[in-house]
Amino acid sequence: MQKIGVFVCWCGSNISATVDVKKVAEVLKAEPGVVVSENYQYMCSENGQALIRNAIKEHGLTGVVVCSCSPRMHEATFRKTCESAGINPYMVEIANIREQCSWIHKDIEEATEKAIILGRTAIAKLKLNAPLTAGESAVTKRALVIGGGIAGIQSALDIAEAGFEVDIVEQSPTIGGNMAKLDKTFPTLDCAACILTPKMVDCAQNDKIDIMTFSEIESVKGFVGNFKVEIRRKARFVNEKTCTGCGVCMQKCPAKKGLNEFNMGLNNRPAIYIPFAQAIPNVAIIDPEQCLKIKNGKCGLCSMNCQVNAIDYTMKDEIVEREYGAIVVATGYKPISLENFNEYGYDTYKDVVTSLEFERIMNAAGPTNGQLVRPSDGKHPHVITFIQCVGSRDTSGCGKPYCSKICCMYTAKHAMLLREKYPDTEVHVFYIDVRTPGKNYDEFFRRAVEQYDVDYIKGMVGKVYKEGDKLMVQGSDLINDEQVIIPSDMVVLAAAIEPNPSVRKIATMLTASIDTNNFLTEAHAKLRPVESPTAGIFLSGVCQGPKDIPETVSQASACAAKVIGLLAKDTLKCNACVAHSDEMICTGCSVCENVCPYGAITYVDKEFRLGGGKTEVRRVAQVNPAVCQGCGACTVTCPSGAMDLKGFSTKQIMAEVDAVCKR
Amino acid sequence: MQEINKERKPLIVAFCCNWCSYAGADLAGSSRLSYPANVKIIRVPCSCRVNPLFILKAFQRGADGVILCGCHPGDCHYTTGNYYTRRRMSLLFSMLDYLGIERERTRVEWVSAAEGAKFSNVMNDFAKTINELGENKRLEDLRCKD
Amino acid sequence: MEKSEQIKLIKERSGTDAKKCMKCGKCSGRCPAYADMDIKPHQFVSYIEKGEIDKLLNSKSLFTCLTCFACVERCPRGVAPAAIIEAVRQEVIRMQGENRVKAEEIPEIVDDKIPQQLLVSMFRKYNK
Repeated sequence: MQKIGVFVCWCGSNISATVDVKKVAEVLKAEPGVVVSENYQYMCSENGQALIRNAIKEHGLTGVVVCSCSPRMHEATFRKTCESAGINPYMVEIANIREQCSWIHKDIEEATEKAIILGRTAIAKLKLNAPLTAGESAVTKRALVIGGGIAGIQSALDIAEAGFEVDIVEQSPTIGGNMAKLDKTFPTLDCAACILTPKMVDCAQNDKIDIMTFSEIESVKGFVGNFKVEIRRKARFVNEKTCTGCGVCMQKCPAKKGLNEFNMGLNNRPAIYIPFAQAIPNVAIIDPEQCLKIKNGKCGLCSMNCQVNAIDYTMKDEIVEREYGAIVVATGYKPISLENFNEYGYDTYKDVVTSLEFERIMNAAGPTNGQLVRPSDGKHPHVITFIQCVGSRDTSGCGKPYCSKICCMYTAKHAMLLREKYPDTEVHVFYIDVRTPGKNYDEFFRRAVEQYDVDYIKGMVGKVYKEGDKLMVQGSDLINDEQVIIPSDMVVLAAAIEPNPSVRKIATMLTASIDTNNFLTEAHAKLRPVESPTAGIFLSGVCQGPKDIPETVSQASACAAKVIGLLAKDTLKCNACVAHSDEMICTGCSVCENVCPYGAITYVDKEFRLGGGKTEVRRVAQVNPAVCQGCGACTVTCPSGAMDLKGFSTKQIMAEVDAVCKR
Repeated sequence: MQEINKERKPLIVAFCCNWCSYAGADLAGSSRLSYPANVKIIRVPCSCRVNPLFILKAFQRGADGVILCGCHPGDCHYTTGNYYTRRRMSLLFSMLDYLGIERERTRVEWVSAAEGAKFSNVMNDFAKTINELGENKRLEDLRCKD
Repeated sequence: MEKSEQIKLIKERSGTDAKKCMKCGKCSGRCPAYADMDIKPHQFVSYIEKGEIDKLLNSKSLFTCLTCFACVERCPRGVAPAAIIEAVRQEVIRMQGENRVKAEEIPEIVDDKIPQQLLVSMFRKYNK
């Protein structure tokens, strides 16, 4: 039999004004199992807590019911009090007689009666409480960063700085991501390569950081602090350790028809190539689709000319298994495909390019060596028209419903750079809104208009068509309320951005939630913006939502801080109120596994003794207490009733229902 | 009818999700927005923790109405719990309807932690409906009667 | 006169920088003569910014603008639409080479109650 103590709080006059606290204490004292019932003005005060502690010691209480304010307010306080007096903190129940009773009812008799019922309900539940201990699990002190763009690089550098080991897994042959392709960065116009490549080199040289390029996540198992990840290191047909990046193979390779991915396909590259001069790792890779040796066994020129014998045409994919305590998702973005936007003639006219392609054209290391020429005839364009919001803020289904956030600023940047480098050009920009929230952003945009004479036209473009040598851009000028046609030499489309297509598969493996636009969802939009609702998964960069470089870097560092906070712990304390399955009842049907949003339930084959020396092997559910968050979805789904939730067990809630309904 | 109500006030059991509706009830309390005293709240970690058994039990023990409050769809603290609730309850309620427990006696509402006023409005409205329906006799276990 | 020179003159005369305009429309939002204008104050700024003045020269708005300077007062970017309209009006009057109000006509339209100041303003506004 339990020995229960009831403590009724006055909360000054907050409770005592409408609830007869003395009567409540008196009536509840008569409940079976209650050995002591007290009332006090402020139960949460030091004196009130001392009263509880003393009563526990004096009467040898096994459980405590506090009739006071909401458990959301002081449950933790009273649990601590009881723990300090030697009772398990989960042997405490709170009857909410303030928010749910004294504050909303005026009639003293009615409120007192309700308070008694609430107290009885708490006692009924407490009688079925069991002492709970939160489990602990060890933390593997190593982090995985998925994606090697600026977000992944920054997160990795910060985590390594704190002394933890980090692996960067990047799907393309080099780290650097989209930022490596950019020419200049707004709003200061420093060159992207000048600020990014030193960070890439830092990553390569940091002995805490292991870079795995041309690799993909194969599978993820485990939970916060204890992830087991399989990484597929795809065959690059060049030995990463021996290749010196001398580039002789690139010159010798006869198959030069591959589209240069780094230059957005604007020029060609050989079948064996180094993505770009500052690539990390600076190692060649063979494109098996292009390589003559791999395709039909004839060639081998690169191998013959390689001084260090780094080339291996028979290389196979390799699976590496690693353990991690935390995983950072930094998978980034890509511009959307423009197939749904025929009106801009992207697929028809060579001189209609996307902004990222334009970025390469303007880049000194790009396909034109930084010379502004039209892709169609190599001539210098004089009139360049930019079109913003191509596919952004589009709810028709052709594009994306969200604002891509970065386009206004990079278009202003492009327009400004154009006018600065080539004063002979005429630059027009069609826009719906110019959105420039950010430090020095609006000033930057105004500079494009006021100092560089960029013509901003409020309105969208209806179509782009060719007349002779010119691309005719027909759109509306809403300010002057007229249709305008601008004969242009080149058209640049600010295409919307979307999350990297690989993210959906990765999110599924991580059981991280993802929204309808394939952006990863944060644990709380305002207060936990860099964490996924799944413990141990962190979000860095555009995978969580569109953002520019400064914002990405801040988020990446914030993300690293959270990872460091996790890795700094030796063990993790788990939620005590977790689900558990009664193996004797479980039928192994897997329904609970399917409803669990956290992947906390797994099935194992277990041997059971049947008596008489016989055993049988049955498939039963097992809950991982480190992963379970205690929602209880599985308990209701379980057809056999084997699943139950500690702290909110079926019996406890039934007892509460019973007590509430007692008249 | 009035007379009966005075003698035996209808009893309403409200299951509230700890993260939204229970906090909404707290907000209703701290904003002093009243609702009838015969509404009794039972705290659950998530609306999806509410087993249909609990609701049957409540009716068996003489409750006149049962209301389930959870987070708004899409806002579940546990990501998807309230979707399960929504489906389970629509099934259960139609079954209860078949058994003669009027559809109006059971309800699912989404109340966020910020919606104290909504919580009290919902409870007042539900209590009014139950008052009009009067005593529930269908599932009541007569052995539970005092 | 060359068109570009004409624009330059108007910009000079108005003494305001149309490029500073961020197209918020506050000028037109406040204008008391808005309903009677064919080209609205914000469009004046926009046309000047783009260097198109043909439409402006024929606009009815030139003579409906009250020159009350409400637009100037309200502009968050320090642009003076009224000054631009005034400059275009000057241009039109100079181009026509004639005065829109003749001194001889005054006695016919004058009313004892009209303040002297108004007459002076009228001559300033409608004459070369």
